Amino acid sequence: MTKKAKSVLKNKVNRRDFLVLSATALAGAGAAMCAWPFIDSMNPASDVLSLSSIEVDLTPVEPGQTLKVLWRGKPVFVKNRTDKEIEEAEKTDWRSLPDPQPDSARVKEGHKKWLIMIGVCTHLGCIPIDNSGDYDGWFCPCHGSHYDTSGRIRKGPAPLNLIIPEYKFLTDTKIKIG
Amino acid sequence: MLKEKKKKKETLVGWIEYRLPIFSFLKHLGEYKTPKNLNYMWNFGSIAGIALVIQIVTGIFLAMHYSPNDATAFGSVEYIMRNVNYGWLLRYMHAVGASMFFVAVYIHIARGLYYGSYKSPRELVWFFGIFIFILMMATAFMGYVLPWGQMSFWGATVITNLFSAVPLVGDFIVRWVWGGFSVGDPTLNRFFALHYLLPFVIVGVVIIHIVALHVHGSNNPKGIDVKSKNDTIPFHPYYTVKDMVGFGVYFMVFAYFVFYQPNYLGHPDNYIEANPMVTPEHIVPEWYFLPFYAILRAIPSKLGGVIMMFSGILILFVLPWLDHSKVRSATYRPMFRVMYWLFIFDVIALGYIGGKPPEGVYIFLGRLATFYYFTHFLFVLPFISRYEKPLPLPKSISEK
Repeated sequence: MTKKAKSVLKNKVNRRDFLVLSATALAGAGAAMCAWPFIDSMNPASDVLSLSSIEVDLTPVEPGQTLKVLWRGKPVFVKNRTDKEIEEAEKTDWRSLPDPQPDSARVKEGHKKWLIMIGVCTHLGCIPIDNSGDYDGWFCPCHGSHYDTSGRIRKGPAPLNLIIPEYKFLTDTKIKIG
Repeated sequence: MLKEKKKKKETLVGWIEYRLPIFSFLKHLGEYKTPKNLNYMWNFGSIAGIALVIQIVTGIFLAMHYSPNDATAFGSVEYIMRNVNYGWLLRYMHAVGASMFFVAVYIHIARGLYYGSYKSPRELVWFFGIFIFILMMATAFMGYVLPWGQMSFWGATVITNLFSAVPLVGDFIVRWVWGGFSVGDPTLNRFFALHYLLPFVIVGVVIIHIVALHVHGSNNPKGIDVKSKNDTIPFHPYYTVKDMVGFGVYFMVFAYFVFYQPNYLGHPDNYIEANPMVTPEHIVPEWYFLPFYAILRAIPSKLGGVIMMFSGILILFVLPWLDHSKVRSATYRPMFRVMYWLFIFDVIALGYIGGKPPEGVYIFLGRLATFYYFTHFLFVLPFISRYEKPLPLPKSISEK
C-alpha cells in the first residue's frame, strides 16, 4: 500500500481535499461578490440622488402657518412659529423627553421662529397633521404619535423627533434645503 | 392491425416512460391512497390551489394592459376598468380572488391546527405551508400597491418603514427597498416585477408542499394513522369528484363578490390617486393582514412592534414542538378543543381591532388579544399537551 492510499484510509486531509475545499470557498466568495451589482442596482439611481436640493421663499408664510414643500418625494414643514409656540417649546424640560433635544438645537441661531422639519412621522412614515395633538404641535393619525411645537416626540410609538433636514438661510427670507 | 396499433402505442408510452417517468407519475396521482374519512375541511387545499391558478391567469392578462409607472399606473387601472374588453371582470376577479385565496388558506391553516396536521411526521409539510403563507402575504402586499391609489401608497409607506426599525442599517435597507428617498416610481416598478415573479415561486413551494404531503399521505379527522388498505380509497375518482363539489361552492361565493360586491373587501380611498403630500385619516391594510397589524400596533415601541408582528407568524414554525401531545385530532382532546376555539376567537378579535383606530378601548383590547395570542402558543399549548387526558382513540379509521 502506498503512503497516499494509507492517508486516505486513515481519513486524513489530503491534497485533493484541500484543493476541493479551497476552490469551493473561492467560488462561493466570487458568487457572493457577483451579487453586489444586482443588489446595488436597487439603490437610488444617479438622477434621484442629484435632485436633492430646493430653495424656499419664506415671505408668504404668516405667523402660525405651516408651508409644506416637496423635497425628495417627502413633504418638508416650514413653520413660522408664534411667540407663544416658541415659549412653549423653550420652557419644556427637554432632558426628560423620549428623544432629548433642546429647542435651540432644532432651529438656526437668530431664526428661532422658523422651524424646518421633514414632515414624516418617525414611526412608520405618515404625514402628521399640524396644530393638533396633546402638545399643540403635530399629531400623526396613523398610529397616534404626538409632537410638540418644536417637533419633538412627546407621546406615542414614534421613537424620534421629527427630523431636521440639512438647510441654510441664503437671506433672511430664503432658505435652501439639501 | 388493431393489435399492431396497440403495440405501437404501448411502445410509445414505454419509450417516453423510459426517458421521463411521466406516466408512472400520473399513475401515482390516480392511485394515490387517501384516508376514506376526510371531511369537507380537507377541500381547502385544492381550493387554495385553484385560487392560485385564477390569480396567475387573471394577473397575466391584466399585466398586458397595466403600466407600472407612477404617472400612468392609476390611469391604466381605470383604463382596464373602462376600455379593455372584460377588463373590469379580469380586475375584479383578481382583486376578489386575492381575498378569496386568503379565505381558503386561513381555513386550510385552521383545519391543520384543529386536526393536528402539523405533527409528526408532517412537520415539513407544515413548514412549507408557512413559507407559502409568507410568500402570499408578500405578493398580496406588493399587488395592492400597483393600482397606485392612496391606500396603495400609504400602505406601502407604512409597511416598508417597518424595516427602518432594524438597528443601525434600517435606513439603508428602506432606501434600498424604495430605490429613492420615499415610495415612488422605482418602488412601484420593482414591486410590479416581484409581484409577477413571486406567484411562480409559490407554485414551486406548493409542489414541495404536496410532494412532502404524499410521502406520508393526508392526515384525517380522527388523526390516527392509516392501518390497512381498508382505511383508504384512491384519490381518483373519489376525492377528485369531491374537490369539484368544493370548487362549485367556492366559485358561487367568488361570483357573488365579483358581480355584486366587487369593492366590498377593498377600501374606497384606493380610488383616489396616490398623493405623497396627504396621508389618509385612517390607514388600514387589507383585511387579511389585520390580525398582524393589530399586533404591530399593540406594542408601544417601534422595534418591539415589528419584532412581535413577525414573531406572530414565525411562531408557527415551532408549533409542532410547543404542542407535543401525541394525539393529533382535537376530537379526542377536550381541553385543547376549548382552547382552540378561544384562540380562533382571539385571532378574529385581533382582526377586528386591527381595523379600528388606535385609540381608547381598542388600545387595551389590542394588547390583551396580542398577549393572549402568544400565551396560547407559549403557555397554553405546552401546558395542556402535558396535563390533558385525551379520550380513547379508535383502533382504526374504519372502526365506528
